[in-house]
Amino acid sequence: MEMINLTIDGKAVQAEKGQTILKVARQNGIDIPTLCYYELNGQKLENKPGGCRVCVVEVEGRKNLAPACATEVMEGMVVNTHSLRVVNARRTVVELILSDHPADCLSCSKSGNCELQKLAQKLGIREIHFKGEQSTYRKDDSPSIIRDVDKCIMCRRCETVCNQLQTVGALSAINRGFEAVVATAFEQDLVKSPCTMCGQCVMACPVGALSEVNQTRQVIQAISNPKKTVIVQTAPAVRVALGEEFGYPAGTIVTGKMAAALRRIGFDYVFDTDFAADLTIMEEGTELLDRISRYVKGDKDVKLPILTSCCPGWVNFFETNYPDMLDVPSTAKSPQQMFGAVAKNYWAEKLGIKREDMVVVSVMPCVAKKYECQRDEFKTDGNPDVDYSLTTRELAELIKQFNIDFTSLPEEDFDMPLGASTGAAVIFGATGGVIEAAARTAYEIFTGKTLDKVDFTELRGLEGVREATIDFDGTPIHLGIAHGLGNARKLLDSIRRGEANYHAIEVMACPGGCIGGAGQPYHHGDFSIVEKRHEAIYREDANKPLRKSHENPYIKQLYDEYFGKPCGEKSHHLLHTHYFDKSKQVEVEA
Amino acid sequence: MHILVCGGTGCSASRSHEITKNLQAALKDKGLEEQVQVILTGCFGFCEKGPIVKVMPDNTFYTEVKPEDALEIVEEHVIKGRKVKRLLYTDPETKEHVADSKHMNFYKKQLRIALRNCGFIDPENIEEYIANDGYAAVAKCLTEMTPQQVIEEIKLSGLRGRGGGGFPTGVKWEIASKNHADQKYVVCNADEGDPGAFMDRSILEGDPHSVIEAMTINGYAIGATKGLVYIRAEYPLAIDRLQTAIKQAREYGVLGKNLFGTDFDFDIELRFGAGAFVCGEETALIHSMEGKRGEPTFKPPFPAQSGYLQKPTNVNNVETYANIPIIILKGANWFNKIGTEKSKGTKVFALAGQINNVGLIEVPMGITLREVIYEIGGGIKNGKKFKAVQTGGPSGGCLTEKHLDTPIDYDNLIAAGSMMGSGGMVVMDETSCMVSIAKFYLEFTCEESCGKCSPCRIGNKRMLELLDKMTKGQGTMEDLETLKNLAGVIKDTALCGLGQTSPNPVLSTINNFWDEYVEHVKEKKCRAGACKSLMQYVIDPDVCVGCTSCARNCPVNAIQGERKSPHHINQEICIKCGTCIEKCKFNAISIK
Repeated sequence: MEMINLTIDGKAVQAEKGQTILKVARQNGIDIPTLCYYELNGQKLENKPGGCRVCVVEVEGRKNLAPACATEVMEGMVVNTHSLRVVNARRTVVELILSDHPADCLSCSKSGNCELQKLAQKLGIREIHFKGEQSTYRKDDSPSIIRDVDKCIMCRRCETVCNQLQTVGALSAINRGFEAVVATAFEQDLVKSPCTMCGQCVMACPVGALSEVNQTRQVIQAISNPKKTVIVQTAPAVRVALGEEFGYPAGTIVTGKMAAALRRIGFDYVFDTDFAADLTIMEEGTELLDRISRYVKGDKDVKLPILTSCCPGWVNFFETNYPDMLDVPSTAKSPQQMFGAVAKNYWAEKLGIKREDMVVVSVMPCVAKKYECQRDEFKTDGNPDVDYSLTTRELAELIKQFNIDFTSLPEEDFDMPLGASTGAAVIFGATGGVIEAAARTAYEIFTGKTLDKVDFTELRGLEGVREATIDFDGTPIHLGIAHGLGNARKLLDSIRRGEANYHAIEVMACPGGCIGGAGQPYHHGDFSIVEKRHEAIYREDANKPLRKSHENPYIKQLYDEYFGKPCGEKSHHLLHTHYFDKSKQVEVEA
Repeated sequence: MHILVCGGTGCSASRSHEITKNLQAALKDKGLEEQVQVILTGCFGFCEKGPIVKVMPDNTFYTEVKPEDALEIVEEHVIKGRKVKRLLYTDPETKEHVADSKHMNFYKKQLRIALRNCGFIDPENIEEYIANDGYAAVAKCLTEMTPQQVIEEIKLSGLRGRGGGGFPTGVKWEIASKNHADQKYVVCNADEGDPGAFMDRSILEGDPHSVIEAMTINGYAIGATKGLVYIRAEYPLAIDRLQTAIKQAREYGVLGKNLFGTDFDFDIELRFGAGAFVCGEETALIHSMEGKRGEPTFKPPFPAQSGYLQKPTNVNNVETYANIPIIILKGANWFNKIGTEKSKGTKVFALAGQINNVGLIEVPMGITLREVIYEIGGGIKNGKKFKAVQTGGPSGGCLTEKHLDTPIDYDNLIAAGSMMGSGGMVVMDETSCMVSIAKFYLEFTCEESCGKCSPCRIGNKRMLELLDKMTKGQGTMEDLETLKNLAGVIKDTALCGLGQTSPNPVLSTINNFWDEYVEHVKEKKCRAGACKSLMQYVIDPDVCVGCTSCARNCPVNAIQGERKSPHHINQEICIKCGTCIEKCKFNAISIK
């Protein structure tokens, strides 16, 4: 490693060759403000178009100011990050950006989380010296994501995330000069684009140009309607991130407080998506074992590997990009939708109410779930199994609206029976968790033996693509894992080329899995927050008395009372789905 | 005997192809088609007087020729040996006919190196190029010189990039040669984005082989086997001639495999641009060629390190390339004696605006603006007074009287607040309002900004809005200060050359014509009479006889008055269209 010497703000520092001024300054405790720059550390994603020009610094001997984010340090370089020239330029640039930005902070979805707002505050901007035309672009609503392009500051983070991290390619810059914006191909609505609704663009957007569809108002109305029985289910990843919204350090587990808060908001039943995750393992695990056993017996038609299908962003991705492989993924519905189907059928029957009188609300770390619950195949006579899907952030908003002092809440349990779960269900929230949960159950069913150790640590981690071979008592089972759609594409392409030798693959659209989902509290690129949620998920699993899905007593009861057996006729009807070719959904107006 | 007819885009638009046909028909009619050849050449440069027809070998230079003149040229000049006087150039000062271009002021001070073949050879015939030492330079490089020797020769010549930046060409080649890769690329930048400049187009139309030859030499020097020409699709004639030339070069074995019996291979492909100004910036150009959005990226990495398809790439512009073969043949020490200490050789300028001789000129570096404007350009049109000259294209600066005796070179122009840029040179007289001029250029850069960086995307727009306010008489001194600061910040912070230079028209006019800005802002006055909002049409009651002609013709009914008594213009309604002045037979209406 070659080290070089330079001076930043009069301070002599040493730095690794090839690093940028920004990184070296930050390592040395010098804060250079940035706006377009976005790094998802650990995920090899860096957006540094050098476009906003907020991070400009003065480098001695250079004619122009240099963007710290894109300028490499050099031996003997003398950098001034806050000279009069720099401060004037930076302030002017931020004022320019503000002069083309709607000043509706009060009701903006990113208010409080907006990086432009913070920057204006930091630079003490009280007056914008430039008045003039504001660029406008039509608003675009989708079931999950709202594009309010008037607020776009052309940082290009969404574009980088969509193209490089996710390889979805729905967003890219169009038009020129003052009219330049980020949009979809042919300026179509997002729903008609290859967008998977994963929402990582929402996560990356520093301003309110991209945000999730907010449904808290509809949920409040449902709760206040005495005719409706309102049921809530919470995804595993929510409990390890919600606390961040209330000042807890990242990685704090707030399951009990969350259940208590939901009850105080007024939900009639506080259930858990984890219950449905255990159910998913029963269905998906059975499907996997069926395919493997047929394969072992020499059935040539059997499709292997089997791919998980819990993640709605991932489902959209393969429906759009791999329509030739629609028979590869498991037909099992996602836990959200399994829960909805169980609630609106089994539980409604038990309560003796009509499905129309039941409202199922999910709390998800995800924005794609909003899209998923609106899919036609998850509706009966127009009535959806899951009515509203809220993000972790929306739940935090609700708790705040209801004036609930979250930190002083007691720890409470979920309601039974649909609130019972095992550790296997909890780890659904992290990359590798679904496949580990499946392995725990499949192993015991396949071998007829009890696992000595339920932790398959070889399946854990945050590497983008991972693989491991599990010994099923003499039968080696090859498992693959990918998180982030760009990584998923690598695996899918290798399957398509016939090179992959896996029995099962787990894919999650978001980096880190659901813990890094786009509905979670904003991490502003600080992936160490996701890493702490990751640790918390496995802590929660370890603390559970039951850690294998098939040991969940209420799951057994559900099969005894209602479904009969996994992958049976009734579950085929209620717990499984089918996929559509969406490759031609992009409509181009003539 | 040869008759050369200009086949450049300008003269083609003035029916020079018809002239050629008529000449050929007339010659055939007289049975002379074997003895006299009619050749459609590239641009002669003297566009003001086009279409140009030149008769060789006596060098007779006919101007403003019409297709109908063809017969007379053949009957009088070719057959009887008498020059057609009415088609000869008339010196505006001496009023005498000048038959030979060598004695015309427009050409006297010119030195044509890059344009050496334009107007002399048939660009669609490789043999004419070869007959004029064509492909001798590449033969010399491949058979007698090592790549390093070629680079050294170019370095020694002092040639700097003619695309505007002025980076030493030899050094650029050397950097590209030192970056090793399995594939390297040579790119010719033919994305001439300045609407007023057309030297690259003229070279490609008039002498495409010189560019092909130079690119091959460039490929040999840096170890690249593939060449790409990025050319705007709006240049159909240049594209056509270049394609013809590439085809012929392949047929003659000067492009392709094992050139000149060596193991060096080189071939060229074209890439068409959609005519974005910013795509002349080399990183934007490369992105556009790759099928990506044409917008610049931060340098480093330089294209020489990671360019087209992430491979080492050398990008030079057309005019730069046109200089290469002759440098190789005549030697670096011939070239570096021309020009100034730091700017060697010549530069082609597109002379335009309020000047008598509009056209394409090539002059040695170090010539003064005065020589260009008054000697080559023939001075200001209609005897008006010189006010400013804008050099460098849309993002160049406006220079004034005090700069007229500054020797033109890269560094002097930058020091004066302008730049070499595209080689555009627009001369303005006293009727030009400098605030409006700054606004005019900014409108262009606003249109052409890629929108990637905030200073250029939003800053230029805000500057334009401020200038607009001033030309409408709504500006304040505070606006003027805001404009000045903003222009400086944009120059200091923008991402690429386009953004960094876009404030030049504003900054240079603020520096050189500050009083005019203050007048617009404080006195709400435009001394050039160009800003409509600041003008008032006034009827002199002592002169007006009340004929009602103005009132009847006013399209917005802004003029009131009784018949036979003085009329009055309502300034609130008046749109300053000027109809009233035109209609008044008594000169009673004036502009204030």
